[in-house]
Parts: sequence; structure tokens; C-alpha cells
Amino acid sequence: MAEKATIVVQSGEFDKVFSALIIANGALAMGMEASMFFTFWGLQCLRKGHLDKGPLSKMHMLGLGKWMIKRRMKKANVASMDRMLDDFVELGGKLMACDMTMELMGIKKEDLRDDIITDYCAVGSYIQEARESSITLFI
Amino acid sequence: MTEIKIDCMGQNCPVPLVETRKALKKAAVGDVVEVTGNHSSSKKEIPMAARAMGLEVLDVKEDGERWTIRIRR
Repeated sequence: MAEKATIVVQSGEFDKVFSALIIANGALAMGMEASMFFTFWGLQCLRKGHLDKGPLSKMHMLGLGKWMIKRRMKKANVASMDRMLDDFVELGGKLMACDMTMELMGIKKEDLRDDIITDYCAVGSYIQEARESSITLFI
Repeated sequence: MTEIKIDCMGQNCPVPLVETRKALKKAAVGDVVEVTGNHSSSKKEIPMAARAMGLEVLDVKEDGERWTIRIRR
């Protein structure tokens, strides 16, 4: 089996996308290949300027919870999601955008981070990536 | 052979690991990457990553919380 990790990012919540990016960068840093397949609410995060705009999955409290977490992250010197996405791309990670979600939600290529998206595709491409992966996750 | 130094003091997960990988990717075969930091898990995970990639960990030095790891590309 190839040394590869494939992650489906279906959730758009801040904490979940954050975890997905950490795991994906971890895989690349440990010498594996990595692919992220963005679908449904996850795809919203690939819209220009939307990467860290999702709510917290718990204790969002109309934004107060998220504000507190972001403040604590800054204090703990945790990298921003923008930086992690840049690192992911720099280390050769693949970003796949679900074209069915785009159609369903009326999202156009020009709305998305087309500059870094590797492929616009569907479930078949995810399966093809996953069958070559020793790690696959659904977040 | 060049020695590439990266400073990850004060950086949290996963930055030291990712920065090490970025430096190793840019380095030429035979170059040495030296990374310094104080994030405790990275002290064992960076050598783990290097070995998984078949690279030689030259040494791991510790000075209190601060550690320095040298890897040959």
C-alpha cells in the first residue's frame, strides 16, 4: 500500500477543518503523500477568504466561543489555518473540490481558491485516491 | 554540503514538524538540517519522521526544554 493519507473534509466548522489541516500537514511532514477532498460544508472553506470563517462545532455561543479559542490559539502560538493551507500546498498536498457540491450550491470556480485547487472531481476520484492510501479519514 | 538551520522556538504543533519537512525538501542530498525548538512532542516526532523517510538522525541535544535535532538529507 502506498504511503498516502486521503481526508474527506465534509464539515465546515472551524475546529474540524483545523484538525483536518493539521493531520494532512502531519502526513506530508512524516514523508507521506496527502490529498484532501472538500465536499458539502467543507467546500465552503475553499471559497476565497472563507477558510477559517466556519463556526465552532461546540460552544460557538454566537461567536463568543470562537473568539475565545482564536485568542487562546494566538497566545499558544498555534499556526493560522491560512499558513497551514500554504504549507500543505508547498509540501505537495493535493486539494480536490467536489464538483457536485459546486453545482448543488451554485459555487463557481472563480468563487473558489482556483490557484491552489488541484482537481475538480467527484466520488470516483476520491475512491481512486483512497484505494491507494493507507490512511483515509472522513471529517 | 551546507548546514541549514531552522528556529522553531516557541512554535506549536505541527509547525516544527512541517518546517523541518520544508527544509529537508529544499535541501540537497548530503546537506544537514538543524532544527531547534521547545515543543515537547516534536522532539520525538521529528526523528520519527526523518527515520520514516530513510534519513539519518545525526543527533538530538537537549538543554532544559530546548532541543536541537540534526538530520542529514
